[in-house]
Amino acid sequence: MSSEAPHKPKVAVFKFASCDGCQLSLLDAEDDLLGVAGAVEILYFPEVTRAMGKGPYDIALVEGSITTHEDAQRIQEIRRKCKTLITIGACATSGGIQALRNWKDVDEFIRIVYATPQYISTLRSSTPIAEHVSVDFELRGCPINKHQLIELISATLAGRKPNVPAYSVCIECKRKANVCIAVARGVACFGPVTQAGCGALCPSYDRGCYGCYGPMETPNTTALTSQFRILGQTDDQISRGFRGFNAWAWQFRKASEECERK
Amino acid sequence: MSEPAKRTIRVDTLARVEGEGSLYIKLVGDRVADVKLKIYEPPRFFEAFLRGRHFSEAPDITARICGICPIAYQMSAVHAIERALAIHVDPAVRLLRRLFYCGEWIESHTLHVYMLHAPDFLGYPDAIAMAHDHRSVVERALRLKKIGNRIVTLLGGREIHPISAAVGGFYKVPSKLQLRDLVDDLNWALEASLETVRWTSTLEFPDFEQDYEFVALRHPDEYPFNEGRLVSNTGLDIDAAEYEDRFVELHVKHSNALHSVIRGKGSYLVGPLARFNLNFDKLPKIGQEAATQANLRPPVRNPFRSIVVRAVEIVFACAEALRIIREYEPPGVPRVGAPNQAGVGQAITEAPRGMLYHRYALDEKGLILAAKIIPPTSQNQKRIEDDLREYAARVAAWPLEEATWKCEQTIRNYDPCISCATHFLKVTIEKAGAV
Repeated sequence: MSSEAPHKPKVAVFKFASCDGCQLSLLDAEDDLLGVAGAVEILYFPEVTRAMGKGPYDIALVEGSITTHEDAQRIQEIRRKCKTLITIGACATSGGIQALRNWKDVDEFIRIVYATPQYISTLRSSTPIAEHVSVDFELRGCPINKHQLIELISATLAGRKPNVPAYSVCIECKRKANVCIAVARGVACFGPVTQAGCGALCPSYDRGCYGCYGPMETPNTTALTSQFRILGQTDDQISRGFRGFNAWAWQFRKASEECERK
Repeated sequence: MSEPAKRTIRVDTLARVEGEGSLYIKLVGDRVADVKLKIYEPPRFFEAFLRGRHFSEAPDITARICGICPIAYQMSAVHAIERALAIHVDPAVRLLRRLFYCGEWIESHTLHVYMLHAPDFLGYPDAIAMAHDHRSVVERALRLKKIGNRIVTLLGGREIHPISAAVGGFYKVPSKLQLRDLVDDLNWALEASLETVRWTSTLEFPDFEQDYEFVALRHPDEYPFNEGRLVSNTGLDIDAAEYEDRFVELHVKHSNALHSVIRGKGSYLVGPLARFNLNFDKLPKIGQEAATQANLRPPVRNPFRSIVVRAVEIVFACAEALRIIREYEPPGVPRVGAPNQAGVGQAITEAPRGMLYHRYALDEKGLILAAKIIPPTSQNQKRIEDDLREYAARVAAWPLEEATWKCEQTIRNYDPCISCATHFLKVTIEKAGAV
């Protein structure tokens, strides 16, 4: 798009409870950053600029999960101000690692970390953005893959469907011609139930996938749980495995709770 | 006589920092009546949900505290747990961990120097606007940052939340050939980092020197990353295990981060200024010469000049990475065994923005009974407020917009990482209109 284009899409980046890593992915796309910045008008992105435009926005990228009353209201205002709302990363799409509080007494968590609990105001649960407002596209991963982010932004600008597959990590592993560490070495690997996108990183580094891209489209968690038991994992270990960075994604939540009930 | 004018400097969303915070400063005439660096980043309770997890999960989980310095979390975690388990890593693993940290320092410091801090000095809202007038500078930054990220990606699989760091070593280590592939990039990066020192030293610095207590690691033979004693310019010299006896975290009402102070003393400063001032003699010759040419001699007490010190640390990280690559021989095994056993271990490592303390208590199954994490920004938070109290008085008579921008810059001197500190930041300078 030439810089003389009459209307550049207005983009905003919002943050909720998160580590900032997913929005940092945009800055980590060193080869594409100035290109993207030239194709759009970045109206609101506090991590990058002190200029803060009020909107409305054409595209909002939302990072982080909802954990406070104020944030539950803020996401409603953001939804009203943007045409396309895209959530980026495990916190925004499934509640993130901080969703582990959803099984615990949050008051006890506050007491563990803070000396004066009455200064802290927080919700009992950490929930994904889609539990609060309608979301146009969810980009998975903890963190997201920067190439998928650039593809998603390009597709959204072009008005086409993004090429972000929902199949499992196993497919990526096969494409890389990795020897299956689960079959060959008996390593507990969450690859069969986890969505692709990372490039099968963990198995390529001699360790089992730990599910940071969340559930693939049709995950057979029951079969995987049985297989993990055969490999000698305890139900405690399996439950902890599903309760990682996408613990509150319903397929992983169900699988972890089934292990807990045994 | 009329009463002095009351004004407020107020920044509801601090920009170009990592995480969510705000600033509030109340001025009565030229007197600063109140300073609050407010951290409204919501708490995520890492120390609580680490309880009951296995120690092997700690490097992956604690990385998620911060997307900008995940390696710092992984390094403090593995060192603390290795101490709890009384295991010792292969010398080659030790070298690789230093190289891993070189990558994070290059990437994180370059991001801060060029994209978060420099726009303040040159009067731009951001690096993208800066690129319109200084395209080649921003392009140099992006290439330098990318080289830092290349190191991290080679050792850890990806830039953010790398997957290869493990208690006992790495899941997989690189070959000599893979490391040698980095040499051409690093030779370019070393030159670019020297240019970064020259370029940052030409910026304009306010005349603002403070009497700081600098706190950083110090190692007998090297500029610190993962090992050493914790020392200060006023005689502190302790092991990580003594940290909690000498430092205390205070919980203040206006912040979801905890303020750290030295028992019986008060605020202190961690990060590049502290490291540089306490370890200048351990910088390689090329780093010392670059600093000297930039008129930088320890002790540097002007926090605005931290941008030049960060640039010197990039020079160090590039030179150190090249040294490590020359010396590297792969370890016999990527990681040594880590048995399940009870124990307590503490470690301090140097994150780009300052030292990061971890403590873990483990049970006999290797499960975490208790975890304590003290990030650099919560340690610097009180010191930032102290700087603002001094600096806001100097700019009190300025037009509000300029005074506000300068106070924001005072915060960005520290490269604060708010997501880390909330386990940080709103700027309000209150200048209530004339009475």
